[in-house]
Amino acid sequence: MSEISASIPTEPLFAQDMHASRVKVFKTQDAIFRQVTRLFAFIVLAALAGILISLAIEAIPVLKKFGPTFFWSNVWSVPDDQYGALISIYGTVTTSLIALVIAVPVSFGIALFLTETCPVWLRRPLGTAIELLAGVPSIIYGIWGLFIFAPLFAEYVQPRLQSVFADVPIIGGWFSGAPIGVGILTAGIVMSLMVIPFVASVMRDVFETVPPVLKESAYGLGCTTWEVVSHIVLPYTRVGVIGGIMLGLGRALGETMAVTFVIGNANRIAGSLYAPGNSIASTLANEFGEANPGLHTSSLFALGLVLFVITFVVLSISRWLIHRGSAKQGN
Amino acid sequence: MNLYARRLWINRIGISISMLAMAFGLAALMWILWTLFSKGFAVLDWNFFTRDTPAPGTESGGLRNAIVGSVLIIGVTTLLSTPIGILAGIYLAEFGGRSKFAMATRFVTDIMLSAPSIVIGLFVYAMAVATMGGFSGWAGSLALSLIAIPVVVRTTENMLRLVPTSLREAAFAVGAPHWQVSLKITLRAVKSGVVTGLLLAIARVTGETAPLLFTALNNQFYSTNMSQPIGNLPVVIFQFAMSPYDNWVNLAWGGALLIAIFVLGMNILARVVFRNKSSD
Amino acid sequence: MPPHTADSGLPAALVIRNLNFYYGDFLGVKNVNIDIAHNKVTAFIGPSGCGKSTLLRSFNRMYDLYPGQRAEGEILFHGKNLLDKKQDVNLVRSKIGMVFQKPTPFPMTIYENIAFGVRLYEKMSARDMGDRVEWALRKAALWDEVKDKLQQSGLSLSGGQQQRLCIARAVAVKPEIVLLDEPTSALDPISTSKIEELINELKSEYTIAIVTHNMQQAARISDFTAFMYIGELVEFGKTDELFVKPKKQQTEAYITGRFG
Repeated sequence: MSEISASIPTEPLFAQDMHASRVKVFKTQDAIFRQVTRLFAFIVLAALAGILISLAIEAIPVLKKFGPTFFWSNVWSVPDDQYGALISIYGTVTTSLIALVIAVPVSFGIALFLTETCPVWLRRPLGTAIELLAGVPSIIYGIWGLFIFAPLFAEYVQPRLQSVFADVPIIGGWFSGAPIGVGILTAGIVMSLMVIPFVASVMRDVFETVPPVLKESAYGLGCTTWEVVSHIVLPYTRVGVIGGIMLGLGRALGETMAVTFVIGNANRIAGSLYAPGNSIASTLANEFGEANPGLHTSSLFALGLVLFVITFVVLSISRWLIHRGSAKQGN
Repeated sequence: MNLYARRLWINRIGISISMLAMAFGLAALMWILWTLFSKGFAVLDWNFFTRDTPAPGTESGGLRNAIVGSVLIIGVTTLLSTPIGILAGIYLAEFGGRSKFAMATRFVTDIMLSAPSIVIGLFVYAMAVATMGGFSGWAGSLALSLIAIPVVVRTTENMLRLVPTSLREAAFAVGAPHWQVSLKITLRAVKSGVVTGLLLAIARVTGETAPLLFTALNNQFYSTNMSQPIGNLPVVIFQFAMSPYDNWVNLAWGGALLIAIFVLGMNILARVVFRNKSSD
Repeated sequence: MPPHTADSGLPAALVIRNLNFYYGDFLGVKNVNIDIAHNKVTAFIGPSGCGKSTLLRSFNRMYDLYPGQRAEGEILFHGKNLLDKKQDVNLVRSKIGMVFQKPTPFPMTIYENIAFGVRLYEKMSARDMGDRVEWALRKAALWDEVKDKLQQSGLSLSGGQQQRLCIARAVAVKPEIVLLDEPTSALDPISTSKIEELINELKSEYTIAIVTHNMQQAARISDFTAFMYIGELVEFGKTDELFVKPKKQQTEAYITGRFG
């Protein structure tokens, strides 16, 4: 075996350097870069933690005073300095549920249309139109709801609904009371318009993950479009669809401006959906500006904390479901 | 009816319902936009842009101070959220990988994307307003940034993940330091996507009212002082629309139309930019 | 395992000893010993998955980008071990350039594509930079085709031109070694032959190591050929000798097309 030839002899390459000094500079630059980007990523985490902590701290006084009964007390009286979260929670939950009841079937219909029935050349523009609906700011829904929708609703729809259900037990009670236009029901309807584009988008994206071969096999057997969707697409995407619905719920819960304009701003719980009420967000929007420091402010912070925690849980579940939905497909 | 005919019927009904749903959605969009235009367009005259918000009960006036204030607030928000959002997105795509920290950050970013904006307003109030002793435009921008940053982070990270490994490796192969690879090569390669994310983030925060309610508040006089309460369109619309004064309500419509034009314009622009550039 | 020497007397640009490469726990390259001859073309051939790209990419520490991949052993460059943790990676890459299978122009103008790498390590006036860009593009046989459109995006070139741009970019920083990882597999035959001509010209000034799955290409352009199979270096020698009279049976089987 011949001797290994020595490596090419040269000037000590790495010493001749320009290069070496540049490289040292690069090392420091990269270290700084890495730290700065990490810091900025941390800001997002810090913000979340900050929100939870600051809300909790501010809420302590009222929680100390009333204890856990705060959460189910339906008294909200500023002059008496007595506060309870139930009214606002009730408003938030009912309006969101109404919004979902309307939004889920409509979104499903839209998603079905966009993925199966719509002619291909129309898909992009119509899809964009729906996404534009999502971009309309909430305050615009609010004033439209207050000035345009509510009066029309009060004049044409509410009386009719009332007479239709007048003698039905329980449900009749939901539609009782003066048809003033604003109230829980109106708020729920306006909110549904806001939620529809989100849920429809998620549903559409999720429907599009179904492998075409699967649908083609079903069509090949002679299934109608409806059957393919209900028996193949929906079961396949079930998890993702539920995730999308929860995303809509999460958004609905936190909706402020659309609701504040049309919910009627009354601090009470009534049995009828026609009645005005308050949601957590609308209470905050209306009262925080002039709240008396002390228990009033503290209870508003407590409301904010409740809202944030509920939304956090709902959104976490939604995210988990949507990810699980796409993980099933092997993404 | 035999089985087959029944199935066809059900199908027809189902399809019709889906078309109805689509029509419903479109109709709602049209209705709202039509209302905005018909109620707001007449208000957008010269006075609207040159006069300030009128005192209660006085006629005439405009929304100049609100427009200027909004421009300032959104400008500062953009300046804040662009570097933070992009760099955080770079961290997640290039350094974070699957570390616990990166996974946690992604999770939190997703939550913040849909979190109630009024709660963010409360938070900034507690942190900045209460401690700094007053409402201010800066606080308003801070609140809006907390909403915009997650949008930018998400888009930036998603876009960077699309960069082919070979491009990244080629940049490293030339001996470039990591920061140059990130900023001058991979980020540049997805420039249009990142810009789209920015435009969408700006569109999103322009329409936000709730976070400004307790931070920037409002100012009925013309002011460019960001350290004080400053006029802004959303809060003005909120106050004016709920008021008993007709001219205030009209101005509110005008302001709403202005916001809608801007937001929808940005959305459309974002889509156009993305489609054009990505066809390279 | 006795080291594979280029030829006694021929200087070696890279001396590789006992190189083992791990993907996690999986040993992808096993105990390779080889010398890469200075200013000659050394080709690596072998069926898919034999480890030839892995080996090439260890020469410029490209695997550093991926946690879980590591190399053990020695790669001596001017007497220093490149694999040493303390050896700065950017420094290595400034001396050992790489061109990839897929043409990867940077999202910049043609001029900037070339200038970017040069600027990292050398301070130059605009005039000198212009000269360097022209020099690099001439070396890559691309100058005449792009001299009037230097300010256009690198992405506006055809596939073959883009690859020559990448070669120009690699050459512009004046490396000593240029690594080519299947540089023509994504190109049409005409571009391929242009690039093969290029390699022939470049070898008088640069040490070239090329991975190719195209045996004929290896036979056409290389001075030395290494045949790899399942992570091991089976045979290495002068190209003429290896292709005409392979010493190992596996080599012969591969060359005659019995597998791979």
